[in-house]
Amino acid sequence: MKIEAKDPVVEFHDLTVSYDRKPVLWNIDMTLPQGALIGIIGPNGAGKSTLIKSAMGLLPLGSGYVKMFDKPLDKVRHKVSYVPQRETVDWDFPTSVLDVVLMGRYAKLGLLTRPRKADKEMAMNCLRKVGMETYIDRQISQLSGGQQQRVFLARALAQEADLYFMDEPFAGVDAATEAAILAIMQEMTAKGKTVIVVHHDLQSAAEFFDWIVLLNMRLVASGPIDKVFNNEMLQETYGGKLTVLAEIGELVRKRQIPSREKY
Amino acid sequence: MVGDAISHAVLPGIVIAFLLTNTRDSFEMIIGAALLGIFCTFLIEFFHKRAKLQTDAAIGVTFTWLFALGVILISVFAGQVDLDQECVLYGEIAYVPIDLWITDSGQNMGPRALYIASLTLILIILFIRVGFKQLYLTTFDPAFAATTGVSVALWNYLLMGSVSMTTVAAFDSVGAILVVALLVGPAATAYLLTDNFKKMMLITALIAIIISILGYYLAVLLDGSIAGAVVTVAGLLFALAYLFSPSQGLLTKKFQRKQINELSPDAS
Repeated sequence: MKIEAKDPVVEFHDLTVSYDRKPVLWNIDMTLPQGALIGIIGPNGAGKSTLIKSAMGLLPLGSGYVKMFDKPLDKVRHKVSYVPQRETVDWDFPTSVLDVVLMGRYAKLGLLTRPRKADKEMAMNCLRKVGMETYIDRQISQLSGGQQQRVFLARALAQEADLYFMDEPFAGVDAATEAAILAIMQEMTAKGKTVIVVHHDLQSAAEFFDWIVLLNMRLVASGPIDKVFNNEMLQETYGGKLTVLAEIGELVRKRQIPSREKY
Repeated sequence: MVGDAISHAVLPGIVIAFLLTNTRDSFEMIIGAALLGIFCTFLIEFFHKRAKLQTDAAIGVTFTWLFALGVILISVFAGQVDLDQECVLYGEIAYVPIDLWITDSGQNMGPRALYIASLTLILIILFIRVGFKQLYLTTFDPAFAATTGVSVALWNYLLMGSVSMTTVAAFDSVGAILVVALLVGPAATAYLLTDNFKKMMLITALIAIIISILGYYLAVLLDGSIAGAVVTVAGLLFALAYLFSPSQGLLTKKFQRKQINELSPDAS
């Protein structure tokens, strides 16, 4: 089931991606709407991270293309931000919280220009938004998992992009951080920015997102949450694991998926 | 470790450049070595990414092979060139004052190595000044760097090329084996002493200078190998930092724990 976005900010066209000739993503074709909080959901190995990595040009595409703001990525890099999985960087690297957030400003600076006072203030504002302003000089290895994720989010905010791709930002964070991150994302989408999140927890997905992409190597569904997030679609995505799914389906039905207007 | 690999892999580059130009400490030699260093990095990346070899296996295969090539080249041309295996492996800094740069008009300009090392120093400082942001970004978070449009491969090769250059500059003095200690020792010691990247670079340079001076006088005192003494001092300083570093020292931590225990008598 696929619902096209009216005013698409991202367009995947016949995208196929493979590792070592083994296809990981087949024929992904969809459009995603502007100003929405979008969740990419699917089982392990479904190609969720692969999807956003290939959108960001980190993986070679087998076929098809990805367009953002109706242009290829190279033309609009300054408007797009990517937040990698927390585990992909070395947190023992000798650097401070503020320096990591300042990296978000690098793309806006020339080759020889150092970050200026304005950049530092901007980075400080971003740290304030994620509640990490008291940690600016802290060495990054001394942060908890949730704090590391907040720093990554602050770096993304410092990029001042219009479109954000985030790989598992909710993985291994505590409840307080989860709520804080969600609040920031909702604030971003309220301002018309688009946030695309790889997510693996079905229960919270029902509460977090406006738009859902269900993925299992091929596209199962893409559309507003109330249209595509149902038992039938989830079964199609997750295949045989029925008991778990039935429970979640029940849960979803009972709650009738809280829509954002209720907040 | 890539630094280790490069220090060995530049050998064939040095020998080939030497055979072509027939002079030591030449500019060509540095170019030859830098090219081999980049080639070595390329091979390691290639085996790791394309052949799906683990990084350490890819490094192990690549640099031993290139080093072996260099050793064969030296042994084959041993009769014709003034470059012996002993010198390549262990170096001899005591020869530096004898190896002078004498211009065509007969003017004595002082030791050659001084010019090579100075040139390398200036180039490296310029490189770090110009590329600081890119090097910082690509080292810490290559995926993020790539998405902002920074070429991770380019900066990696530039960095490895500069490591190769540094290696050649130090080669004559300490040889292929001990040069690794000088590449890594001061930086590893500084890493234990600070967690600020810029301070770490300054401390590294400072430690390297201290090591060289202390090492030299230790060698004079013992009447032994200068390179050996320098690296021994490097090891000792690292051990001191490991034990007494203010933030992560082994004994410092023990001492702090003891203090905490004394302050809170209830704690067992």
